[in-house]
Amino acid sequence: MLAGPPPSFNAGPPTQPMQQQAHPPSQMYPNQFQQPTLPPNFQGNQHQPPALPPNFQGNQQAPPAGPPTYPNMQQQQYQQQPTLPPPSSVGNQPQFPPQSHYPPDNQQLPPPTHFPLQPPAPGNQPQYPSQPPMMSNGINQPSMPQTYPNQGPPLPPPSSSSVAATSNSLRPAPITPNQFGPPPTMGVPQFPSQPSFPNQPPSNLAGMPQYPGTQPPFSGPPSTFPSANQPPPPTGYPQQQLPPQYGSQSHLSGPSTVPGSQLNGPGTYPGQMPPAPVQQQQQQQQPYQPQRIDPDMVPNVVQVLEQSQEKIQQPFITNAPGLLPPLVATDFVCQDQGSCNPRFIRSTTYTIPNAHDMIKQSHIPIALAISPLANLRPDELGPPVTNFGEIGPVRCHRCKAYMCSFMQFIDGGKRFLCCFCEAATDVPTEYFNHLDHSGRRMDWYQRPELCLGTYEIVATKQYCKDEKWPEPPAFIFMIDVSYNSVRSGLVEYICHILKTDLLDYLPKDQGAETSNVRVGFATFDKQIHFYNIKNTLGQPQMMIVSDLEDIFVPLLDGFLCLPQDSRGVINSLLEQIPQTFANTQETETILAPVIQAGIQALKGANCTGKIYLFSTTLPIAVAPGKLSNRDDKKLLGSDKEKTLLAPINNVYTKLGEECAQNGCAVDLFVFPNNYLDLATIGEVCRVSGGQIYKFNYFSIENDGERLHDELKRNFQRTTVFDALMRVRTSAGIRPIDFLGNFYMTNATEMIFGTIDSDKSVSVELKHDDKLPVESNTYIQAALLYTSISGQRRLRILTLALTVTSAYTSLYPACDLDTIMNYITKVAIRSVTMSTPKSIRDNIITQAANMLACYRKNCAQATTAGQLILPETLKLLPVYVTALIKCDALTGTQTVSTDDRSLLMQRVMSMDIKGTFAYLYPRIYALHDLDENNLPPPMIRCLYERLSESGAYVIENGLVMYIWLGSQVNPTFVQSLFGVQTGHIQPEKCRIVDLDNPISRNVRTLLNMIRNERNAHMKLFVIQQRDSIEPFFKNYLVEDKGFTGGASYVDFLYHLHREIRNILQ
Amino acid sequence: MATYQEFFLQNEERDGVRFTWNMWPSSRLETTRLVVPLGCLFTPLKERLDLPAINYEPVLCTRDSCRAILNPFCSVDYRAKIWICNFCLQRNNFPPQYAGISEQLTPAELSPQFTTIEYTLIRVPISPAIFLFVVDTCMDEDDLTALKESLQMALSLLPTDALVGLITFGRMVHVHELNCENMARSYVFRGTKDLTTKQVQDMLGLAKHQPSARSVPTNPNVPPQSNAFYSKFIQPVSVCDMSLTDLLGELRPDPWPVLQAKRSLRSTGAALSVATGLLEALYPNTGARLMLFIAGPCTQGPGMIIDEELKHTIRSHHDIEIDNAKYMKKAIRFYENIASRASINGHVIDLYSAALDQTGLHEMKYCTNYTGGHMVMSDSFNTSLFKQTFQKVFAKDNKNDYRMNFGATLEVKCSREVKVCGAIGSCVSLAQRASNVSETELGIGGTNAWKISGIYPNSTLSLFFEIINQQQEATQSVPTDQRGYVQFITHYQHLSGYKKLRVTTISRNLLDATTHLPAIAASFDQECASVSMARIAVFRADTEEGSDVLRWLDKMLIRLCQKFAVYEKDNPGSFQLTDTFTLYPQFMYHLRRSQLLQVFNNSPDESAFYRHYLLGEDLTQCLVMIQPILYAYSFNGPPEPVLLDSSSILPDRILLMDTFYHILIYHGETIAQWIKAGYQDLPEYENFKQLLQAPVGDASEILQNRFPMPRYVVTEAGGSQARFLLYKVNPSQTHTNCVWGQAVGAPILTDDVNLQTFMEHLKKLAVSTST
Repeated sequence: MLAGPPPSFNAGPPTQPMQQQAHPPSQMYPNQFQQPTLPPNFQGNQHQPPALPPNFQGNQQAPPAGPPTYPNMQQQQYQQQPTLPPPSSVGNQPQFPPQSHYPPDNQQLPPPTHFPLQPPAPGNQPQYPSQPPMMSNGINQPSMPQTYPNQGPPLPPPSSSSVAATSNSLRPAPITPNQFGPPPTMGVPQFPSQPSFPNQPPSNLAGMPQYPGTQPPFSGPPSTFPSANQPPPPTGYPQQQLPPQYGSQSHLSGPSTVPGSQLNGPGTYPGQMPPAPVQQQQQQQQPYQPQRIDPDMVPNVVQVLEQSQEKIQQPFITNAPGLLPPLVATDFVCQDQGSCNPRFIRSTTYTIPNAHDMIKQSHIPIALAISPLANLRPDELGPPVTNFGEIGPVRCHRCKAYMCSFMQFIDGGKRFLCCFCEAATDVPTEYFNHLDHSGRRMDWYQRPELCLGTYEIVATKQYCKDEKWPEPPAFIFMIDVSYNSVRSGLVEYICHILKTDLLDYLPKDQGAETSNVRVGFATFDKQIHFYNIKNTLGQPQMMIVSDLEDIFVPLLDGFLCLPQDSRGVINSLLEQIPQTFANTQETETILAPVIQAGIQALKGANCTGKIYLFSTTLPIAVAPGKLSNRDDKKLLGSDKEKTLLAPINNVYTKLGEECAQNGCAVDLFVFPNNYLDLATIGEVCRVSGGQIYKFNYFSIENDGERLHDELKRNFQRTTVFDALMRVRTSAGIRPIDFLGNFYMTNATEMIFGTIDSDKSVSVELKHDDKLPVESNTYIQAALLYTSISGQRRLRILTLALTVTSAYTSLYPACDLDTIMNYITKVAIRSVTMSTPKSIRDNIITQAANMLACYRKNCAQATTAGQLILPETLKLLPVYVTALIKCDALTGTQTVSTDDRSLLMQRVMSMDIKGTFAYLYPRIYALHDLDENNLPPPMIRCLYERLSESGAYVIENGLVMYIWLGSQVNPTFVQSLFGVQTGHIQPEKCRIVDLDNPISRNVRTLLNMIRNERNAHMKLFVIQQRDSIEPFFKNYLVEDKGFTGGASYVDFLYHLHREIRNILQ
Repeated sequence: MATYQEFFLQNEERDGVRFTWNMWPSSRLETTRLVVPLGCLFTPLKERLDLPAINYEPVLCTRDSCRAILNPFCSVDYRAKIWICNFCLQRNNFPPQYAGISEQLTPAELSPQFTTIEYTLIRVPISPAIFLFVVDTCMDEDDLTALKESLQMALSLLPTDALVGLITFGRMVHVHELNCENMARSYVFRGTKDLTTKQVQDMLGLAKHQPSARSVPTNPNVPPQSNAFYSKFIQPVSVCDMSLTDLLGELRPDPWPVLQAKRSLRSTGAALSVATGLLEALYPNTGARLMLFIAGPCTQGPGMIIDEELKHTIRSHHDIEIDNAKYMKKAIRFYENIASRASINGHVIDLYSAALDQTGLHEMKYCTNYTGGHMVMSDSFNTSLFKQTFQKVFAKDNKNDYRMNFGATLEVKCSREVKVCGAIGSCVSLAQRASNVSETELGIGGTNAWKISGIYPNSTLSLFFEIINQQQEATQSVPTDQRGYVQFITHYQHLSGYKKLRVTTISRNLLDATTHLPAIAASFDQECASVSMARIAVFRADTEEGSDVLRWLDKMLIRLCQKFAVYEKDNPGSFQLTDTFTLYPQFMYHLRRSQLLQVFNNSPDESAFYRHYLLGEDLTQCLVMIQPILYAYSFNGPPEPVLLDSSSILPDRILLMDTFYHILIYHGETIAQWIKAGYQDLPEYENFKQLLQAPVGDASEILQNRFPMPRYVVTEAGGSQARFLLYKVNPSQTHTNCVWGQAVGAPILTDDVNLQTFMEHLKKLAVSTST
């Protein structure tokens, strides 16, 4: 019955006792070693902890950037504590008896962020520097030292959350000992607050606080990881656990240090850094206050990233609920040990507030960003595919949740308790296995579904349309052959690249020898031409359909063929098409019927698939879906822009729905010279799960390579068809809002014609009820799909979060990347319903509220004049300022209507990495690239950071500019572009394949960027003081906006004022 | 009598005209009292080898309402160069080019032997004929292969300048583009949709060709110029021969799957609609032939005849009677509309049906009946019946001209006392109202002109006339002197591309029926009358119930006998018919039993098929249809025609029956035994072999000249196929009256009345005073 689990799983001797278990996993996953202990994450660290702190410190010192800010912080704190007024911290702690840790955190926070923003600030500042840092440091310090290693920023938060919520017992207990050891003062308050101490030992055993009742006997499957056995490491554990807790706190505090940290980082102790910088800042600032804030003093993205990156020394291991993952833009490895890889699901917060009130107060959205097919690093384990045979996936009989590592087996393994709805379900006899003495199934680590947060199941017929096994998907290419298309050389080029190259890149399933994707071809202008490419034919046959009212596909057999079978005919066809239409005079085209035809063709062949549609003009020919030019650029940016950005009718929306329901999607490649009404046409891509690619004024010279590369990427990325996704959550919360590009027929299921590795959706969760603070909460996303080889499968992603009732544990568990992703999508979605001004205001208000709530609940001790940012949210202001200036949201007349629609749609399906890149573009210097150090350090998005004698590349995932300073070395230009500086043309210029180090390095870098972004971004070359330089400047988000948005520093003032208004 | 018989034949030979009555009563009342309506069978393009080639235009009467053509019946004043129209008595001057005429030097059209004459109108531009093949692909591979071969052959038989096009259909309709290099191209239409001409035009992108088509008329003298504008769908055979051959080669049976217990989805209606639309758009008023090949009924879309489900059987006569033919009325309306559109534009639709079951000819018959197309019914395209028939479509006559001609209009001019009631045949009304159009309609009436889109040398129309009351005139003028004139003017397009005009003028004497009834009776042409009555009956059968039609026929027969037979009232024994009427009742007897009127054992399709030919063929052939011909071959003497009677079936005879639709050779019992014994192979029985050969030779002669190819059956006494003979012969001996061993011939197991009984009844009823 049970399919052989993937090889990796087999390796472990299943039935062995716990100890053994501990080992096998280790074999499986090198990291797993640590699993056995509850705080496995930290284990790794644990071993090292003692040693590490010192090391880290040492390291920290070494790196000038002071990336390991967190550790530093903590350490500093330690040190500081003594130095700084501990009492203050103590004082705070009492205030928040239950969670003594946090208060200090809060205090810590202020220091980092409080900038002498405004007049009020100055007065306060002096105080803050001393107090806040002290406080924070002191508090953090205890926990911090240990935490570092793991903390790699993400880790600590989870721990903290756990502390706050349920698992505290375990962690705090262990932690405390250690923690307290060093910082006695700190420890005291903490202990009392945490009832957990007494429990600690049991908690360790139980591993999972959730299953208190069951745990003892079974040691619930999920809990397995934290094998209770390992009492021995307790010391180690506590440390680890502690760190997380503190870590989180420290995070808060940590960031505060940021501004200064850069400067200080290198030389000073990490811990010291925060206070020091702050003080410095303050001191400096005080004098400067009247003048301006030094941009170097404000939290900045580049620095935070660098610091976080440096802290990542260990894989991120998902073996406990509520672990905060590393920043999305950092390079880290994740080990799935129960919860899914954060690349699949990220939550805005890893500690869910226990009641709706908290959300209302804090304005922190509770949402998930789910990229079910996200690409993993090559060194991460992809979801293993299991096969349960006839019985199909094992599910909770009540809520239908799928088997996961958090289900708990009872009655000797005869039944299992659902972690979502707590119903008990009988285990199918085929699936039965005995439990060991800890209550865990004997085969738990042989079965991916019992030990991993991500796995796949081969579906049974019940999961297929009409209970019939699906056919392998097909790709249909539909090419515009009207006058424009032919004249620009597009038709010939597409046919050429398809013939010579692309058809060899058709996707295949993992492990498959050849692709079994069938292809079909059609061309269109005012009519649709279908081609019969059956391999028995000597030459292709063209079938022309001009009955547009009621479109149909004229052939059944021979439209979709395997390229390897019909290659001769296909080649001949692709040669014929350009010739056939070489002299066309037809300028009018149709679109809706073309898509309809594609759907019908797939329907007729009874398969899913993709429609690659290449179109050049607005469909003005008389036919369904006829559109007219309604562009009016003047409306953009005004209150009436929504009319322009919303579809004019629902024809294309309906088509998209039809696509989605038939398991296909439209990827639209447009090559417009004019307005195309993407707002309307794009609907079909949006609803079906397709994508739009836009090539303005297409010419082979400028865009050929990009088109070729994009198509290839499109083919090669993981894509699945006819997908259905449903998100299940523990009782008490439920998904209520879904954002992204998909279709919904009911309130719970997202339907995707296709979905690929680049697509992401956001799901907002809402409380139905108060969640028990002591428990965890679980999220499970199940994606049912047809793979590229035609296999019907399910991908199950499960994530465990903790629950809290304290703001002090909420803030440290926030993931700003995810929050911004969600806020961005919400904002973009409202473009067609609201006005630009109110959207911007809403964003600012929300940000201000988030910070104000923090200020009110976690940093009361600070004075009103200080701007205090929680560690996890310290970049919020810079992101918000970027967001309210971004093209997609507030594109003005500099962005064409179509480009705006395109951006909006692109953003709606972006994953977190994508929104991050889009909000804060990356800049690299090109003039001093070192072959051995690629990519070079990032540069902040500030014009003043660009040297006149330098050359830079900037990219935001959608577009790429190379900026050449006015004093740039001519030989640099010559060796890069092969032309003189005077001959640079923004669009035409390309990096020539020259054999010199500059060219090589730059090309390597650009390819790195493109591969990382999964897109071949269009490259513009811009010279300083060029007429189009303003377009480029627009991406320097920390500067004053091209169209009038405030600079980052100015925005901070504004935000601070808002916060104070709220607080008053 | 003999003289009349000769007169008929001579008239038929010369003018292609035979009248039911060759002396016309001079009053309307008398005409109606003749029972058999006054009418004629007219073969407009009757083959005549002796016609002079006349390349000038005819001379017309100048009176606008007349416009009759100069003919031998006109009185001519050679001195004054004036001629008097015999229809309206208008005096006309001869046109200048006739200045040289005199009694000695008369133009051909005035010569008495040329009451029928043909003008070739060379000034009208030449337009080559168009052939559009509309091919069903829902058939098995073998059939399709055979059909493709036939089509290939057709290409080779066409004149090289003819234009051809190809449309194929199954579930979809494909209009094939010709001469595409490297890639076959076709426009595809959904089979479920009825499209207007305009839509078809738009979808085929023909709208753009319109301007170029219009440019042609501006320089009509340079027709070759239009070559450049040949549509991509229809091109000269010489140009597209190769590509068409390739296309046909690539043609495969419809690829859409046919589910179990379902019929193939066949879009005959849509295909026909598209084809008609295409021709309409490109070649209005130009001769074109649309050849539709079907292997089954239309199962979807417009013109649907039966649905996809095999469990629903195709309608039978019984279903029609009880109004159980769900799709029939709609389909009929559809095909009738198509047929009208085509015929108005002079396009012919041929139906070639090849299937064991019905294919919907019943509904589609209008396509052929309105346009003069061929209707061919065979079991498979892979039969010699179809292949040879199809080959004959492209047959040529002795002058090496194609027998088919296009776009004919037949206009009838009459002298004052004659009016036109209507026509029955493969034609449509041109709705030309004129003074000589009668109020009384018989057949397709209300007009004096008809369109015959497809016309052949043997195409024959029934035309009916009425004499209007000219009592005063009749009494005043000398009745014996009065003559009635009828002129038939036929315009048509010869396949050579020339427009031609044929004029036939005839005249008959008018007599006062009250006084000259015997003379009129003597002028009765019973063959023509039989065929005319048969046509009327069939025409009526289309709209009326079969039994009503039979009753009407009986009534007419009885009334005719009452009027013209010699008898004493209430004394059947005294009943006697005059010579000119003797055969008529017998024809009526066989007509009543024929498949033309009896639907029992025939499918609606078969009925449509049989009736179609009755409406188109000439008198002789129609008579064969009504009463088959039976020849006997034996050692007792030379082959002889024998009575179509069961008594003719003798064991030592070989019978050859020609029913027009079937040719049947029947070996009597003894002969059959001899064959079985193999005597024909023995040298000493060479004569037997010859005897066996004789009917075969005669049959093949008939087969060669007959269109469509008859079904050829060889059978023997007791053979199953012998039923074809047995149900045709007059069952003079049946199981009821036959005493075994006593009678000659073969008893027929039937309850049908035999001719003798029929005659008894007729006599009884005719002499009865009560009827």
